[in-house]
Amino acid sequence: MRIWKYGDDINTDMLFPGKYTYTCSRPEEIIPHLLEDLDPSFAKEAKPGDVILAGENFGCGSSREQPTVGLKAMGIKAVVAKSFARIFYRSAINQGLILIECPEAVDAYREGDQIEIKPEEGTLRVDSKQFTFPKLPPEIIAIRDAGGLLEHVRAKLKERGQVHGER
Amino acid sequence: MGYTFAQKILARKSGKSHVEIGEIVTVKPDHLLTHDNTAAIIAKIGPELETYGVADPRLPVIVLDHVVPPSNEKTATNHRRIREFVSKFGIVNFYDAGNGICHEVVVSKGHALPGSLIVGSDSHTCTYGALGAFATGIDRTEAAAIMLTGETWLRVPNSMKINLTGSLTSPSAAKDLILHIIGGIGASGANYLSVEFHGNVASLSIEDRLTIANMGVEMGAKNAVFPVDEVTRAYLSERGEETWEAIWADEDASYIRELDYDLSSILPVVALPHRVDNVVPAAEVAGVEIDQFLIGTCTNGRLSDLHIAADILRGKHVHRGSRLLILPASREIMLEAARDGTLATLVEAGGMILPPGCGPCLGAHQGVLAPGERCLSTANRNFKGRMGCRDAEIYLASPATVAASAVTGQITDPREIT
Repeated sequence: MRIWKYGDDINTDMLFPGKYTYTCSRPEEIIPHLLEDLDPSFAKEAKPGDVILAGENFGCGSSREQPTVGLKAMGIKAVVAKSFARIFYRSAINQGLILIECPEAVDAYREGDQIEIKPEEGTLRVDSKQFTFPKLPPEIIAIRDAGGLLEHVRAKLKERGQVHGER
Repeated sequence: MGYTFAQKILARKSGKSHVEIGEIVTVKPDHLLTHDNTAAIIAKIGPELETYGVADPRLPVIVLDHVVPPSNEKTATNHRRIREFVSKFGIVNFYDAGNGICHEVVVSKGHALPGSLIVGSDSHTCTYGALGAFATGIDRTEAAAIMLTGETWLRVPNSMKINLTGSLTSPSAAKDLILHIIGGIGASGANYLSVEFHGNVASLSIEDRLTIANMGVEMGAKNAVFPVDEVTRAYLSERGEETWEAIWADEDASYIRELDYDLSSILPVVALPHRVDNVVPAAEVAGVEIDQFLIGTCTNGRLSDLHIAADILRGKHVHRGSRLLILPASREIMLEAARDGTLATLVEAGGMILPPGCGPCLGAHQGVLAPGERCLSTANRNFKGRMGCRDAEIYLASPATVAASAVTGQITDPREIT
């Protein structure tokens, strides 16, 4: 597992350039451009199970979902940051991508440290140091556990047998 | 203890008597804004749309603006698919390419009313707080879900109170105020907060408020909102919008942070590359040479912005070796600017007029920068690569500063020109 470490305020244009937002929507179109203007080696070398570690306000900027869709499809295990921008945070829930807000863990990380994450238990270990992070509310866990928001909604619609009357 | 605007409107929209900070509520938005990304949204839910239909054909407001007219086969096909969807499902509020930028169209067509809840798959959806709406950005997946169900969840945020005193002194403008605020508190200074503007808001026009609320997301805000006053009432009444109910915070509401700004002390400022919060007085960076100037976008493409630019550029010419792009925010604005001679003045000065839309702001087409070039823009973002080239630089400023700088070809404090 490789740790990809970045700084504060990593914005959505760094995660996925705006010029591709209306021509690339599917995971296979997105992945080659992930982090293109921030770290061109990421799209080439990142592997399933890798972790991104970052500072404050990760994912600030646009509402484009290519970053969360792409990172999830690529198999990134989690993004651990000091804080996240809200649209990105919400989008990650919708895609089932795990985000962990834990400033202490980010500060504790030293080059070469191993990171072990247990989202269900709300714990992560950086080298030998153990950290806890708050668990998500049940409403949110339900979305993530369904495999993302659309799967969650599909199940709900099926249950309701919902058909809208007026058109 | 009273309630904030966010608490009151989210209680109303979730059918509760009151809500607590941090509570998760299920809400039915009054509108769902989507734009060119509607194509990607409906592609996610093709079979579900066939089975269940759209929750309510009056819910979506769809505006084609991000790549208009289309730049290639793919973006053209996106538009065609959106038109087919609109027609098949009887979507009521559809604005085809050429109407303007969604954040201007939604407001000018009366979809952003006081006390309404609007979510949109665009981060600058927060613009509608200028009219007293709770408006916030979501991703495409969530827009797809809302298209089907008509509802979503929101967590009730903490609030920040910004108290304004005094009045802006021309050529300082609303853009300078919001850049000054963001420069002070940082790009995450209002992360996850509902930002309320209080105090002397009466001196700010609706256009000023739209500029300010538009950039709420650049400090991380969930929404940025102004109280409904005589200025708002006059604006809505002119457009025949009489049916709405304003919501505002209680006097004794509780805030996580309060900030005070004296508008009379706001100076012309510039945000330097590549961060919106990298803000300095324009005078401090005077002389930086600029290749491309952009006046327009959802932040500063309104009639008063074009008037300010024309007043500065009248009888002058864009500096040799530089270029000036003018991007009116809507067809109505463009038409008015054509009728009153503003466009003629800007064209005489050497300006290139682009069709109403998002244009070069997000780097998808039109006005893409070359490596090593600098752009001074009235837009809201200067992220690296934003205008299509990672090796270019974007500076942000008010229309007055951009127009004054276009004359000299370098960053110029507009007080030196006007």
